[in-house]
Amino acid sequence: MARTDTVDVAPGSLADPGVTRVRTVRTVGRGITRLAGIVPFTVYISLGLLIPMIAIAVGAFKNPNTGAFTFSNVDIATHGVYLTGIRQSVILSVLASVIPGIFGALIAYAIFTAKRASLLRQVVITASGVFANFGGVPLAFLFIASFGSSALVTGWLNDIGLNIYNDGFSLYTLSGVALVYMYFQVPLMVLVILPALEGLRPAWREAAENLGARTWQYWRYVGGPVLMPSFLGCVLLLFGSALSAYATAEALTAGTIPLTSIQIASFLNGNVIAGQENVGKALGLGMVIIIAIVMVFYVLLQRRAAKWLR
Amino acid sequence: MAPISALAVGRRKHGAGGGESAGRRRTSFPVWRWVILLIAGVYFLLPLYAALRFAGIHAFGTVFVQPGFWPALWLSARLAIITTAITLALMVPTAVYVHLRLPGLRRLLEGITILPIVIPPVVLIVGVLQVSPGALKASPWLLGLEYVILGMPFAYRAIDAGLRSLDLKTLTEASSSLGAGWLTTLWRVLLPNLRTALLSATVLIVALVFGEFTMASLDLFVTFPVWIVLFDQLNANMSVAASIFALVVVWLLLMLIVVVGTRQARRTGGGQVNLFTAARTDTKGN
Repeated sequence: MARTDTVDVAPGSLADPGVTRVRTVRTVGRGITRLAGIVPFTVYISLGLLIPMIAIAVGAFKNPNTGAFTFSNVDIATHGVYLTGIRQSVILSVLASVIPGIFGALIAYAIFTAKRASLLRQVVITASGVFANFGGVPLAFLFIASFGSSALVTGWLNDIGLNIYNDGFSLYTLSGVALVYMYFQVPLMVLVILPALEGLRPAWREAAENLGARTWQYWRYVGGPVLMPSFLGCVLLLFGSALSAYATAEALTAGTIPLTSIQIASFLNGNVIAGQENVGKALGLGMVIIIAIVMVFYVLLQRRAAKWLR
Repeated sequence: MAPISALAVGRRKHGAGGGESAGRRRTSFPVWRWVILLIAGVYFLLPLYAALRFAGIHAFGTVFVQPGFWPALWLSARLAIITTAITLALMVPTAVYVHLRLPGLRRLLEGITILPIVIPPVVLIVGVLQVSPGALKASPWLLGLEYVILGMPFAYRAIDAGLRSLDLKTLTEASSSLGAGWLTTLWRVLLPNLRTALLSATVLIVALVFGEFTMASLDLFVTFPVWIVLFDQLNANMSVAASIFALVVVWLLLMLIVVVGTRQARRTGGGQVNLFTAARTDTKGN
């Protein structure tokens, strides 16, 4: 319980210290009335996000039949096929966050510096908003139709003498799923990294050039260090997004790769051994703990990024 | 500050002319830019083309007469409406309030609204089904309530970008000096100025509701995406054609909003309208 409380309450509880720190300058009473404006939002988030998460955490330590406190759910969830699932999920998420992170940042920078091509910017940004929400069976179909074992692109590559399936690639393995995940991860990266790029002031570049810096020197000593915290923060966000994806992996692999999100869903669908009903909640708790660790680093990186950006 | 920035502008113009080394470096930019965008274009468009070729364009017409198509579409449409209404009613006042009165909380609000991207919907729906009262569990509106949460990362960012591109303080002060109250200011001054941002948020929420499969299927409601999957087992071609069609329609809608919004903003003297990022108009501190 203690552990989960820090997990779930952390984002909400940040509010109070931050506010009171600002408020102590003036009267505390006025600070409280000022907070009244965000009460509806706080209540909604609590009901829709916080309480369900707490329910998961509590359920993870409950015996499904007697309701008594137990560690057996957690024990099962951290061994055997479920441990494999968590490991595979993490590997997949690392693959599907680092590569799209770099690629997405490059795309964002390409359209960001294209000052005169504002139409291009709008096309890429709006497309990103739409593609970032694309997933599930339709997305799986797109890739089966193009990268399946006898599909269009695979055929083209075969014609030029490149048989990707002989070279160890398969759409239905981790690397294949990662390739498919890029389809919504890259647009997500473009969306979340753009505000950070905007903070990169042209004046810095001009100052560096006035001091005789070359392009690589500018990136090595000015642009890179300023952007790095934001970039890493956004990659962490992609990691969480990949970890939480379910519909696409399910549609593509139908459970042949053990992934935690698919395993949790199978508990909900009723494919469960008697007495293990709450193992799904323990798995969920495990995911939330991983996500919480990721988000702590995200917040720290954002705080560091704020030093220079905005 | 002014002379320096004037100098910078002058220098940049000179550089673009190709006179000095900076100019030569800048002109080499487009090469890598086009390479990146070309790779991205191939990666994103090729699977679309392959899928359309595989499905066959003529499959489109027949999808509308399939059993279950209209009920599923209607359910998703109602969910989209309720989700949009709640999101806007909840997020716009909150975002405006935080921007005006509690700017110190902006970063926190940004952090909280990003959470639904990383919290697995699979996990969330398990918890939601456990704690929600029975009456709500049996109704599809539970999904709408949760979609508000799922849509927050996108909705908040769109609204936030809209607010940042406005001079909020001047607008509200001018409005209140003319005797307007909070609600009047929000309704008659801020909302019209935020039109593009709100439309973008709406389209993104609609895109989310019409694409969300995980929660709907685990909550056992046949929304449009769930219907596509159920139907997929009978006839893959048609349902894929339908979902690609939906994707393109949503994207064109967003483009239209942004283009019209930019044109309008230009007429009224505003800056460029972006979906998630605000075009910086002031250069204070540079």
